[in-house]
Amino acid sequence: MSSRLTRQDVVHVAKLARLALTDSEIDAFTADLAGILEHAQDVSSLDTTGVMATAHPLPLVNVLRADVVRPSVSRDEVLAMAPMAEADRFRVPRILGDA
Amino acid sequence: MSSHAVSLSVGHVDTAAAIASDVRAGTRSAVSVLEQHFSRIDAHEADIHAFNHLMRDEAMASAVAVDAAVASGRDPGVLAGVPIALKDNMCTQGIPTTCSSKILEGWCPPYNATVVDRLAAAGAVAIGKTNLDEFAMGSSTENSAFGPTKNPHDLAKVPGGSSGGSAAAVAAGFSPVSLGSDTGGSIRQPAALCGIVGVKPTYGLVSRYGLIAFASSLDQIGPFAHTVEDAALLLEAIAGHCDRDSTSIPQPAPSLVASARAGAIDGVAGLRVGIVNELSAEGISADVLARVEVAAQRLREAGATVGHVSVPSTIYGLSAYYLIAPAECSSNLSRYDGVRYGLRVNGEKGETIEDMMAASRSAGFGAEVKRRIMLGTYALSAGYFDAYYGQALKVRTLIINDFARAYQQFDVLLTPTSPTTAFAFGDRTADPMTMYINDVCTIPSNLSGEPALSVPCGVGDDGMPVGVQLLGPALSEATLFRAAAVIEKGNRS
Repeated sequence: MSSRLTRQDVVHVAKLARLALTDSEIDAFTADLAGILEHAQDVSSLDTTGVMATAHPLPLVNVLRADVVRPSVSRDEVLAMAPMAEADRFRVPRILGDA
Repeated sequence: MSSHAVSLSVGHVDTAAAIASDVRAGTRSAVSVLEQHFSRIDAHEADIHAFNHLMRDEAMASAVAVDAAVASGRDPGVLAGVPIALKDNMCTQGIPTTCSSKILEGWCPPYNATVVDRLAAAGAVAIGKTNLDEFAMGSSTENSAFGPTKNPHDLAKVPGGSSGGSAAAVAAGFSPVSLGSDTGGSIRQPAALCGIVGVKPTYGLVSRYGLIAFASSLDQIGPFAHTVEDAALLLEAIAGHCDRDSTSIPQPAPSLVASARAGAIDGVAGLRVGIVNELSAEGISADVLARVEVAAQRLREAGATVGHVSVPSTIYGLSAYYLIAPAECSSNLSRYDGVRYGLRVNGEKGETIEDMMAASRSAGFGAEVKRRIMLGTYALSAGYFDAYYGQALKVRTLIINDFARAYQQFDVLLTPTSPTTAFAFGDRTADPMTMYINDVCTIPSNLSGEPALSVPCGVGDDGMPVGVQLLGPALSEATLFRAAAVIEKGNRS
């Protein structure tokens, strides 16, 4: 990739990452990420024709077990740590946009 | 050693092996062992800041239970009465677990990590949760939201990271052993900088259930200890299959203590040791390289043959890691959204759930965590996925293949653990790349999933500890412990 990371890219990525960055954070990350990605050029420009990707170091297969009911963590304990709970559920602000 | 330094040396160390042996035999009580360690913590923790949270009451209850077991003729286990510190990214039921992040401040997990349960079953006494770089992202503990940990050998220097609190706790004599986690060197590098033993086991050897995820294909829990034998004892106690971790290797824990002892007594006749050219050259301090040569000489004298080997693609390890780890972290840390646990901040608009999520995450995460989430999100985003993340996964294959070739000629590989000894606070915080480069020697084994350990081997020109790293193929821990015991033995003569 030769295109240099722009401030607009950073604003877009922050939205994808659900981060509300300040103007000075956007400036700092634009410089930081461009620097790190420049270092990553040695990887992105490497000829890897015919090389398989490794997503994981172990030769994993699906791990299955019998579907037996067993105790789980208590709902009360979990909800006790929630920022807001109501009627045995997590309570959150409005989910749909402009109503 | 500076004038502030807490006095340490292997000669004075009360090892986990000695404590467990005495407690099981009834010649020392677990309570007295605990009190002795807490009095050391009370004297020096204000200088070191190894802990985010001390578990005084819970630890005393555990120690009393161990003593009661001994009194009634029951064996409390192989770690009977051994105080242990836990990195604060391992879940402890009902006890604060923060990852040194404001986003989890005050959170108490509703369950224990598998390693926490296994330690309790072995009779160990958990004494507290140790400081780390926020979410284990860093190499100095300077990224902790609760302030840095100091290196017990010189309070003006970093202890390394991210498991800096766990390394400092052992180096300062607060506990004989501790647990850390290692995603790119976060056990081995602080072990080297604090002058102790640190082990990153084979990926899948130790359960990750209850270890708060950073980069799931790289994270692995492992031990810190003053001695190779103590590290082996602790790893034996926590290793082995766990059905709550789908990446757990379906095998029982290996026998490691016997290997550590055999190395010290019988040496390593016939062992083929390869010094990795690419990790013993550019960017490594001369005084650190000199200690690698000393380690090689000790192995030769104990019967090994030592040669040089090229593992060419390791030079791409750093770049590949800083694409893969942020990519996985951006996915794993999406769970911190202010909905189910942790910090919630209502946005300025205060209206929708998306405002709340962005406001909570922005207030809760520190700069390095945000930087990596941003980098990872970018590397995974449409149009860039193949060039960055996809390419990094292929480099991972190249590294695995290069190591496999090296292990056709050599049983273990030898490198420095860290390019330099411990550095001063603030030295490497201005530019992220200068901090990331600390991990150049340790990252390749996280990418390959293979085991590696750091063992102390003298000091550098500044008098600060130097660690050397031994690498081996998957599940070769017994061989690594055997060779490490030879290097360690040389420190005592």
